[in-house]
Amino acid sequence: MAKESFFRSLFKAPTSDSDRPVLSQDELARLGRVVPDASRCVQCGVCGYNCPVGIPVRDYAHRGLPVDDPTCITCGNCINVCPRGTLRWETQVHSLLVNRFVLEGTGD
Amino acid sequence: MQPLRYLIIGNGAAGVTAAETIRQHDPFGDVTIVSAEPYPMYSRPGLAYLFINEIPRRQVFARQPEWYQQMRLNLLFGTAVSLNVDRQEVRLKDGRILPYDRLLIATGARAVPPPYPGADLKGVHYLDTLDGTKALMKQAKRRRRAIVIGGGITALEMTEGLAHHGVDTHYFLRRDRLWGKVFNDTEAKILEERMRHHGVAIHYNTEVAEILGDRRGRVRAVRLKTGEEFKCNIVGVAIGVRPLLDLIQNTPIQTDRAILVDQTMQSNVRGVYAAGDCAQVYDSWTKQHMLDILWPSAVAEGHAAALNMVGEKHEYEKGSPFNACLLFGLHITTMGQINPRRNGDADEAEILQFLSRGSSEVWYTYPRHYASAWSEDGANTVRLVMDGDYLVGALLVGDQSTADPLRYIIENRINFREVHPDFSIGGQALKKNIQQFWIGLNQKQQAVKVSSKQ
Ligand SMILES: Cc1cc2nc3c(=O)[nH]c(=O)nc-3n(C[C@H](O)[C@H](O)[C@H](O)COP(=O)(O)OP(=O)(O)OC[C@H]3O[C@@H](n4cnc5c(N)ncnc54)[C@H](O)[C@@H]3O)c2cc1C
Ligand code: SF4
Ligand code: SF4
Repeated sequence: MAKESFFRSLFKAPTSDSDRPVLSQDELARLGRVVPDASRCVQCGVCGYNCPVGIPVRDYAHRGLPVDDPTCITCGNCINVCPRGTLRWETQVHSLLVNRFVLEGTGD
Repeated sequence: MQPLRYLIIGNGAAGVTAAETIRQHDPFGDVTIVSAEPYPMYSRPGLAYLFINEIPRRQVFARQPEWYQQMRLNLLFGTAVSLNVDRQEVRLKDGRILPYDRLLIATGARAVPPPYPGADLKGVHYLDTLDGTKALMKQAKRRRRAIVIGGGITALEMTEGLAHHGVDTHYFLRRDRLWGKVFNDTEAKILEERMRHHGVAIHYNTEVAEILGDRRGRVRAVRLKTGEEFKCNIVGVAIGVRPLLDLIQNTPIQTDRAILVDQTMQSNVRGVYAAGDCAQVYDSWTKQHMLDILWPSAVAEGHAAALNMVGEKHEYEKGSPFNACLLFGLHITTMGQINPRRNGDADEAEILQFLSRGSSEVWYTYPRHYASAWSEDGANTVRLVMDGDYLVGALLVGDQSTADPLRYIIENRINFREVHPDFSIGGQALKKNIQQFWIGLNQKQQAVKVSSKQ
């Protein structure tokens, strides 16, 4: 029998791609994207409601997929408003240490 | 071969996840979901954000009716009232009879009413269902005076919402600390300060004896144990929930505090599974069957049940219960065994009579060899609970930057002495030590990646 905790399978140690070329800050920002930790999401929809371009962020979070929508203007609203810390910003060089709640400081 | 008939009672996190998973693995199966509430699936935790006007009502629905069609899931509105496990059929209140080959009970839990007279009066409210939340919002618009009773997240969310609506909000606590069995004194004080700042008045050591009504059956006051009367129009009740087990009365299905299931999520009756708030699942940390009233647990259990229902052998291993929430602008993460054991506490933590929403029985237990570590920096705190060399619980208030590393260490049962001998000392360096561990892990993984590419 497969022995595996469902969330452990979703919740892996941090990874980062080491073989991408080094890019300028602008390019990094451009290439960044919102990624969810599905095991935190409670499907409340606060994220999508605050998305200025109407991306259904909740559906991405449900499936544990990065928000790969070309219309994303990378404003970070969804990350800021999520009450569960489900969403974070990911670029190639991101470190998990700096992203959760980084946009709002210490949660005030 | 006839397609299998899957019947799911409950249209919440557990039921809907199960239905979706079944469809992914069995394209031909006949999947029916029965829902006592006449809505597509909505986010129950989202009700708190609806109440506080962060989202409009339409946004609380996590699935649209078209989604059920696309997935070829039959959504039936009705209440299941009885189950016959020999004939393998469920009867609905309106008389319909639904036969099944595999049954999932995912009926969730419901708020318990206050244990004193007056619970039926108009003005007694719960933050528990969509209909209940609508009724509460209507009352709150009149902006008068409310008291809230109960100890957990839901009670706190209720006070936050009421205060937000401009209601004069009073929070009554039986003892002398906020969320007493989860928070320590400092954690409680930090939250208390926030609550006062938002205009919530907290009354410690205050117990209600009776809710008093006027001639039209509306709440007019509560009478306290001291005999004193306290005027109010709303009584918000969040003393806990009880798993909904009416359906399985008069069946041989075994229950304890909820339906007992094995690691395949099956009850003692073959073909009958349970998941979510109504299932009691084996927990390898406490070595007991434990109850979680948590959304992510319901999702994971619904997923595991579905895999076994379609015939894939899958042994579910309950993860360490985890919750992240935002209360009065303060981020709080709770994971694992986190009861702040105090001098004089018994060896075994008690199993609470009623668990509040957004919590787990596991949180209130202690590990065998209890030790704790603490670090505080203004309104940011980290508290660790350890069992020997293993981290079994953590509670973070404010700064959440160590949440993922700590969760990783707990979930993967990493010996923390290998990680960092200084974890157990706590103090100022704790956060840095945790972060260093995380960076180290990051680098190790990267090294593995690079070497595997060469
Ligand atoms: C205000 C609030 C705050 C919360 N906060 C958190 C939190 O911070 N973190 C967290 O993880 N969780 C939180 N929760 C808890 C979380 O919502 C539940 O744990 C989760 O919804 C459980 O899912 P479930 O599928 O087991 O049950 P439910 O979501 O309750 O679904 C049960 C379903 O069964 C249906 N049903 C019941 N009986 C019958 C019947 N006889 N016949 C037919 N249908 C029936 C119901 O209509 C419903 O559709 C919160 C909940 C609330 C209300
Ligand atoms: S706001 Fe956060 S928790 Fe809510 S649906 Fe979006 S990602 Fe999930
Ligand atoms: S970053 Fe902004 S535009 Fe992109 S999904 Fe989030 S809220 Fe929408």
